[in-house]
Amino acid sequence: MTSDHDPAAEGAEVPVLAVENLSVRFRMRGGRDIAAVTDARFSVAPGECLALVGESGCGKSVLASALLGLLPGNAETTGSAVLGGDTDLLTADERTLARTVRGRRIGLVPQSPAAHLTPVRTVRAQVEESLRELTGVRGSALGKAALVAAARAAFPEGHLDRYPHELSGGLAQRAATALALIGDAPLLLADEPTTGLDRDLVERTVDELRRHTDEGRALLIITHDLAAAERIADRVAVMYAGRIVEIADAAPFFGAPGPRHPYARGLLDALPERDFAPIPGMPPELGALPDGCAFAARCAYADARCTDERPAFASDLACHHAPTGRTHPLKEAADA
Amino acid sequence: MLELTRITAGYDRRDPVVREVSLHVAAGEAVGLLGPSGCGKSTLAKVAALLHRPDAGTVTLDGTVVRGWRHRAPREQRTAVGVVFQQPRLSADPRLSLRELIAQPLRSTGRRRDVPERVAELAPLVGLSEELLERRPHAVSDGQLQRACLARALVLEPRLLICDEMTAMLDASTTAALVAVVERYRSESGAALLAVGHDRVLLERWCDRTVRWGERTAGSERVAVG
Ligand code: SF4
Repeated sequence: MTSDHDPAAEGAEVPVLAVENLSVRFRMRGGRDIAAVTDARFSVAPGECLALVGESGCGKSVLASALLGLLPGNAETTGSAVLGGDTDLLTADERTLARTVRGRRIGLVPQSPAAHLTPVRTVRAQVEESLRELTGVRGSALGKAALVAAARAAFPEGHLDRYPHELSGGLAQRAATALALIGDAPLLLADEPTTGLDRDLVERTVDELRRHTDEGRALLIITHDLAAAERIADRVAVMYAGRIVEIADAAPFFGAPGPRHPYARGLLDALPERDFAPIPGMPPELGALPDGCAFAARCAYADARCTDERPAFASDLACHHAPTGRTHPLKEAADA
Repeated sequence: MLELTRITAGYDRRDPVVREVSLHVAAGEAVGLLGPSGCGKSTLAKVAALLHRPDAGTVTLDGTVVRGWRHRAPREQRTAVGVVFQQPRLSADPRLSLRELIAQPLRSTGRRRDVPERVAELAPLVGLSEELLERRPHAVSDGQLQRACLARALVLEPRLLICDEMTAMLDASTTAALVAVVERYRSESGAALLAVGHDRVLLERWCDRTVRWGERTAGSERVAVG
């Protein structure tokens, strides 16, 4: 399996997940089409964390649902998303996804753990059930395996007999992570795992996810929390209006020289620890995307070419005025 | 402007989530109340917004002690405070268009006639187009709905605005945009702000001063010193 992202650097290692030209369309009543995801291309290697960042409604959660086979019936997908070099998640049937993929090959760390856990059963009961289902552990060995599973996600043993509503946000997150890790899946998919958590807990949650990544798993984290992404990611993919507009190594993206795409720059500049300045306007509707660059109406560097012609995604960037750095107005301004 | 004195509040009298907390917000001042999730700061915000009756303690608004909460609060006190919550979907009636949502407080205070003018003033301020105003909550994003909820909180021109984790679900740019709307309103009206949240960097950038919610230690008082 090959992908655009430099697999040679890692030896000829097969990426855990290789996504090629993934598009998702929703057919709406009245013949209107919503282009939720268009031509997404990325890969994640073992031991690597890719953060997919963007605002709510940009298509990143739809992309996650597509990978898990959890899209509604009116969705149409094209392209491919190959897991472990052998299974295309977009064409696999529900039986395969349910029996061999979800939980076993992809561990899901959910957005709202409290809602994801079954409210009427204790954490221990849920951990033991997952162990029975995913690892075949039975009988007297279960108790011990549950302790091991809890410990892996730093969930305190003394809280195993609690019900989800008796847990703090942080502990509910750890319980959900413990469940996600049970099947030893090579890919972890974390969908907004830090929403609503305070800073300390965000840092603890992402540090724990990072630890599981360093053990050799691949981690795809979907988030609007740039601070969390900065702390955990090796690479960042920025999504805007259904398209990935930039993929970059995390260190130069968050540090110097910074993002290349004007939207990504605007997003970072909006942070309270930076300029705290919003990008003017709002993203276009996914059902009524303009012909040219979807960011043109908000971009300080837009010209006629930008409004006429959609920039292709090449060299990990989709912008008419950036690739060499020479013609990039932001770069020029920064150099001046 | 707002004086919370030794407030104890919660949902079970035997186990209140807020114990003896005091907080002061001066006229025109922006105070950030910083605390971890689940600490009770949202309950305190509801008390301050006259939406939740405390078990003990006093709330003073513009020098007048508050004696009734929710619909029992006198109108001039109720309309002096605007509030925005974390989850716009939980606080917006799904049957209303965004225009109706913004106009709701005007209607319920008998100012129906002011609706067209106030909505026309506020919509561009929060960045909502005519087309978006006609949509219902399910047809807009969280960020767009929160813009409408902020406009709703401002529609009666409150002298105190309470933002409880207003931007916790939003991206950096929408966060900065909504904070800019609040600050523009405050600079024009002189209104005070109580911003409740867990993001220290955000609240320190936004507010004149921040107050940290006391650590929870068994048996002791938790006092946010104002
Ligand atoms: S293609 Fe043009 S409008 Fe789009 S981001 Fe680049 S400079 Fe801005």
